[in-house]
Amino acid sequence: MSIRTLLAAASLAALAASAQAEVKVGMITTLSGGGASLGIDTRDGFLLAMQKAGRDDVEVIVEDDQQKPDVAVQIADKMIQSEKVDILTGIVWSNLAMAVVPAATAQGKFYLSTNAAPAQLAGKGCNPNYFAVSYQNDNLHEAAGAYAKSEGFTKPFIMAPNYPAGQDSLNGFKRFYGGELAGEVYTKLGQTDYASEIAQIRASGADSIFFFLPGGMGISFLKQFADSGVDLPVMGPAFSFDQNILQAVGDAALGVKNGSNWSKDLDNEANAAFVSGFEEAYGRLPSLYAAYGYDTANLLLSALDKAEPSDAEAFRAALKEAAFDSVRGEFSFDTNQHPIQDIYIREVIQEGDVFTNKIVATALEDRSSAYVEECSMK
Amino acid sequence: MSREGLVNAALLLALVAVPGWALWADAPFTITLATRAVIFALAAVGLNIALGMGGLVSLGHAVFFGIGGYAMGILASHAQNYTPLMEWPFEIAGTKSMPVIWLVAVLASGLAALLIGLLSLRTSGVYFIMITLAFGQMMYFFAISWPAYGGEDGLSIYVRNGFPGLNTLDPIQFYGLCFGLLCLVLVLHARLMRSPFGLALNAARQVPERVRAVGLDPVRLQLVALVISGAITGLAGALFADLNRFVSPTMLSWQMSGEIMVFVIIGGVARLFGPVAGAGFYVLLEHLLGGVSEYWQIFLGLFLLLVVLFGKGGLVGVLAGRARHD
Amino acid sequence: MSPILLAEQVLNGLQSGVMLFLMAAGLTLIFGVMGLINLAHGALYMVGAFAAATVAGLTGSFLLALVAALAAAAAAGALVETLVIRRLYARDHLDQVLATFALILIFSEGTRWVFGSFPLYLDVPDALSGTVTLPGGIAYPLYRLALIVIGIAVALGLWWLNSRTRLGIRIRAGENDREMIAALGVDISKLYTLVFALGAGLAGLAGALVGAIQSVQVGMGEPVLILAFVVIVIGGIGSIRGALIGALLVGLTDTLGGVLLPELFRLFIDPASAATAGSAFASMAIYVLMAAVLVWRPTGLFGGRA
Repeated sequence: MSIRTLLAAASLAALAASAQAEVKVGMITTLSGGGASLGIDTRDGFLLAMQKAGRDDVEVIVEDDQQKPDVAVQIADKMIQSEKVDILTGIVWSNLAMAVVPAATAQGKFYLSTNAAPAQLAGKGCNPNYFAVSYQNDNLHEAAGAYAKSEGFTKPFIMAPNYPAGQDSLNGFKRFYGGELAGEVYTKLGQTDYASEIAQIRASGADSIFFFLPGGMGISFLKQFADSGVDLPVMGPAFSFDQNILQAVGDAALGVKNGSNWSKDLDNEANAAFVSGFEEAYGRLPSLYAAYGYDTANLLLSALDKAEPSDAEAFRAALKEAAFDSVRGEFSFDTNQHPIQDIYIREVIQEGDVFTNKIVATALEDRSSAYVEECSMK
Repeated sequence: MSREGLVNAALLLALVAVPGWALWADAPFTITLATRAVIFALAAVGLNIALGMGGLVSLGHAVFFGIGGYAMGILASHAQNYTPLMEWPFEIAGTKSMPVIWLVAVLASGLAALLIGLLSLRTSGVYFIMITLAFGQMMYFFAISWPAYGGEDGLSIYVRNGFPGLNTLDPIQFYGLCFGLLCLVLVLHARLMRSPFGLALNAARQVPERVRAVGLDPVRLQLVALVISGAITGLAGALFADLNRFVSPTMLSWQMSGEIMVFVIIGGVARLFGPVAGAGFYVLLEHLLGGVSEYWQIFLGLFLLLVVLFGKGGLVGVLAGRARHD
Repeated sequence: MSPILLAEQVLNGLQSGVMLFLMAAGLTLIFGVMGLINLAHGALYMVGAFAAATVAGLTGSFLLALVAALAAAAAAGALVETLVIRRLYARDHLDQVLATFALILIFSEGTRWVFGSFPLYLDVPDALSGTVTLPGGIAYPLYRLALIVIGIAVALGLWWLNSRTRLGIRIRAGENDREMIAALGVDISKLYTLVFALGAGLAGLAGALVGAIQSVQVGMGEPVLILAFVVIVIGGIGSIRGALIGALLVGLTDTLGGVLLPELFRLFIDPASAATAGSAFASMAIYVLMAAVLVWRPTGLFGGRA
């Protein structure tokens, strides 16, 4: 993190503390360890929106969950029991969300998800106090599946780590692709060498590749794939091609198609203001996570204009309206309180020295989620 | 009373006074923190029996901690969803009763310790450290990739399990339960230390030849110690899962094993109250430093280094002076 | 599965084994000479990768980056040895585990403090990018072949150092009888610093070489550290030859397990569950291997002492 970010965050914290706060928001996110860049962007996006709004009646408390579920639970307990927050937000990872969200909503707190939105919470486990502002976990994979179908690929090779999010990813892809596969492989979580998978891809006669390998795994795979001499179209969800890791992948990512519900070149006023504001405040381009953080804060502010969180019914109705200018353009909530939104295909490009994305197609229009029918809220 | 006795009494007093104060001041989160410390202490007392008495440096105690956690998670999730755990040859239903869960956790982790011990105790020294680490990694990867019980997402329990006559959702009552169990296990540990078994185990650590000469099998003694140790850490795991109302493979990770070991070492190896001091101090440090800086783990690391290099005998050792040589 | 694909997978297994050897060699050397368990070895690997990425970014030269990785890791190693590690030689393994665990925390978060939370960029040099065609029509990445060559060269170099040089004689003497060589006028503490720096340098070199095809980020050292421990325990702690054999065994088991186990499961259950179940067991394979070796030979394949 740059010194400027630190200063910005510090001044904001000071600002929040000095004011007479009426609403307390607890942000639990990952600020240390290997996954810190995602949480830092979430926080920075969220705080940027707060700062722009200049509201002094909202206090944001940010704490580091170290990417550990038990620490996240402990922080949630602290925020609820001793800080008496009204709203929780900020968790990046699905396993941490599953540890915190059911208990928090059961205690009557609101939870607004800036990223993780596992299937359980979108279907049977949906809750009137839980809103996913980002997406439903399967969405970006579904977009890649729809794109594979529309491009006329007939033998994609698909790959993800062997854990629930990985299994959801491949299922999401297959849901919208629906055709034959050249191969389906589950890798080890945290795996760093993909020589053996690349050999399988080469031997499988695949005509394209879809993969979901978040964080360092994706960087490793792309570098090794680019150097393997296998030349096939590559697709994936946006996570492995986002602003916070593209620079580390370099040339190897150029031309990759990825499913995303946000891109920095999305043409709307809110997005232009967000991208330039973020660059100005922090000296770097925003990522997907920053965009979700920013949208979540704006949704929250729009609801606070209409109702107090203490009046749960009214506040919930105000959230549900989604009366804010999303950086993603058109945005509304379905009955399970997950977004209905367009999902795009982006291509990785180079702008000067910087690697980034541009939108090349719309894969799914007004996409909701696969689990909406299982949710009892109507 | 000896100096160590005074230190121990002070620690016990703190475990009563701090939650008592929190109750009076209406600071429920302090009680939650204290509960966390007590549960970690319980896990570390388990390790201390293997490590301090038996000289078995296990870097795989997260296995037992995790098995205890999953015993709670699996039983309670079946009870929560009204699905039987097993239908054949006879039906077993899940349960939300703490005593039953504890029993299962103790038995399952004790059994795991027996199996791991049978294989691992063929080795010694560094090899023992590493083979216990290997078993830990095995369980960890299995838990992550096995989809039946949530894989990496883990299992969430919506309501804390029940104990007859208590409201376990009330922080102070749950704390009381955990504290009671810790006291019970400490008494057990103290009696073990003075029992013929404890003396023989101590001798097996220092001069195995002599133990063999009087007709005892040092490996068998160590195996028994490891089983007791694993069972206690497993019980702590079940409580930890209940505290968080959640269990996941992180409880099985090697970092968890490392942390349990850290509790024992900063508190004082082979000291009865070492794990209590260590776990309490660690939770306090984590809580205080976490608020100071994003890079707080640097300071934690520096502190640990100082303890190892200059604080011989851990916190209890520093406060109480040298241990009796027995 | 075709024989060609199998051959290629065996080659992949060997190559990942050779990379592991670079890491394990330093670890086993340090244990053999000083009797020290160094959990912070993975942190030195990370230091090497970060130094290489920084220098490559500034100069554009991969060779300079490798030199920087070696130098930075060796310097960090020497520093840590003089400040901390030398106080641990006389301690039991427990203290060593805890102190080096603390060093991991300091190195990881310190690196994040200096370099930030975002992964760094380091790529294969142009001269070594692309593939070559091997007999049987296998198109194999040139860089991976180069890694195999470097690994073998390091193994030979260590063998030469150990058996043909003055330093090697001292190292071996130090393993056997430290009072004796001190009496012969060898500065034992200087020797230990040197050996530790050598081991650290090897880890740094491995970090830079591997960093070019993986991700240079905080925490990258820990998974590979555990693998390296598995390797030296299988090989017998302190034995360079054991480390080489152990590394190849682990590399092959890991690679072939990942490929063959899902195939095996496909014979019994449907393909989708075979993929998950097979990969679940494959991720446990090397630990099963290690447990099996230790049950069979409690001090590893070539180990003498515990």
